[in-house]
Amino acid sequence: MTYTDSAIIQVSGLHKYFGKLHVLKGIDETVMQGEKVAVIGPSGSGKSTFLRCLNLLEIPTDGTIFIDGLEITRPQAKVDAIRRKMGMVFQHFNLFPHLSVMKNITLSPYLTRDRRESTAQLSRKHFKEEINERALALLDKVGLTDKADSYPAQLSGGQKQRVAIARALAMEPKIMLFDEPTSALDPEMVREVLQVMRDLAGEGMTMVLVTHEMDFARDVANRVLFMDEGHIVERGAPEQIFTNPIQERTRSFLSKVL
Amino acid sequence: MSEFFNNLWQNFLETDSGFEFYRAFIRDDRYQLFFSGMWVTIRLSAMALLFGTLIGLFITFLSLCKSNKHTVLPIKILIKTGNIFAGIYLDIIRGTPLIVQVMLWYFVIIGPLPINLQPLLVAGIAFGVNSGAYLSEIFRAGILSVDKGQAEAGRSLGMTRFTTMWRIVLPQAIKNVLPTIANEYIVLIKETAIAFVIGVPDIIRAAQVVNSRIFNPMMPFLGATVMYYIIIKFLSIIFKILEKRLRRVDTR
Repeated sequence: MTYTDSAIIQVSGLHKYFGKLHVLKGIDETVMQGEKVAVIGPSGSGKSTFLRCLNLLEIPTDGTIFIDGLEITRPQAKVDAIRRKMGMVFQHFNLFPHLSVMKNITLSPYLTRDRRESTAQLSRKHFKEEINERALALLDKVGLTDKADSYPAQLSGGQKQRVAIARALAMEPKIMLFDEPTSALDPEMVREVLQVMRDLAGEGMTMVLVTHEMDFARDVANRVLFMDEGHIVERGAPEQIFTNPIQERTRSFLSKVL
Repeated sequence: MSEFFNNLWQNFLETDSGFEFYRAFIRDDRYQLFFSGMWVTIRLSAMALLFGTLIGLFITFLSLCKSNKHTVLPIKILIKTGNIFAGIYLDIIRGTPLIVQVMLWYFVIIGPLPINLQPLLVAGIAFGVNSGAYLSEIFRAGILSVDKGQAEAGRSLGMTRFTTMWRIVLPQAIKNVLPTIANEYIVLIKETAIAFVIGVPDIIRAAQVVNSRIFNPMMPFLGATVMYYIIIKFLSIIFKILEKRLRRVDTR
């Protein structure tokens, strides 16, 4: 597989088995720099597994994945370094409950400071300041400056998810992966999280998003992938997928959710 | 005031139990024997807790190591060996009486070696190795009780497997099983009472020595009871405080 300049994620022939269960049955997909791709489909279709394969939270059984020109599916691939290029936001937030909001955001930048360009050259005092300042800026961005010293248990679901986004952004990722980021939220909190994601999309971040928020997908995504039973059944621009799907399966799925 | 207490004291010593108390603890400065025994028990317990915790963590690590499809063969073999070793260790330690283990360590394993180890140190090793098995199961339960998403979040942020375990999973695991750990520590301290079988001069030893002098076990063993109680009370207070601190983050 050749590496093209503007493609940031290249997946080919991706298969994933859980024991005998064949979850991904040959996925080929290329995501361009700055693209926002929404992955939709019924539950059990493999969309979360696909997303988790992208940063090796699931190890693909077969196939290759290139991230930013590096093949991450090679056995010798430096997994931790690759993951630092990708932020991931989970359905259940997965904030660290024993750490304050500020610590949640700064822990990983702090621990990986020597291996990251932006802080490797700084002295001890300076990188601390730098990391803290950036964390505060991120909290400001998600509108939670006043929660810096709170613990996750003291936050609402929407606030937790916004902190989780800030935490992922603190690693200065090139790609953000969202795994159903609003599915565990009360309805009134969905909007605040989507707004943060919308802002992020506006800044040109490459985003891959597994979602059930069809309106948001239509609104923000450049491209929509419809997955079913381990295949990408249909892909295309949101207007086309949502208003004029070609495949029967897409049509029947959309008729149930729209 | 001091005269008042002095009189009270003298009156007490003239009663029957006062006399027994005097014989057990005061005459020939026998209280020194008890206090040095208590100090030995404290040192033995501290050693056993430390060894046990370290061994427990190590065994937990061995039993939780897993290989995936990218693991190279030598590492795979190493991991498998570690798993098997942890299993055998648990099996043997939990399947045999502690008193037998203590004697085995002293007479069979370390005895024939050309080194001269104090019984205290041998007992520390024996109790540590024993407790390590139980603690490792407690730690393992704790680690399994932490939501998988926590480790995933850590890894997705680019932390290494070890850092994720050390900074994210383990603190939460320990918090979840802290009452169980306290329990095991308390049991361990009380179990050190059998160290006398290899001649460790601990509290029990002091009580026995005094008993053999005065032929009345009541006061010496009452004294031993109080001493164990004090040590364990102290430990449980520390754990109470620790637990309170760790639970602080849960307050809404």
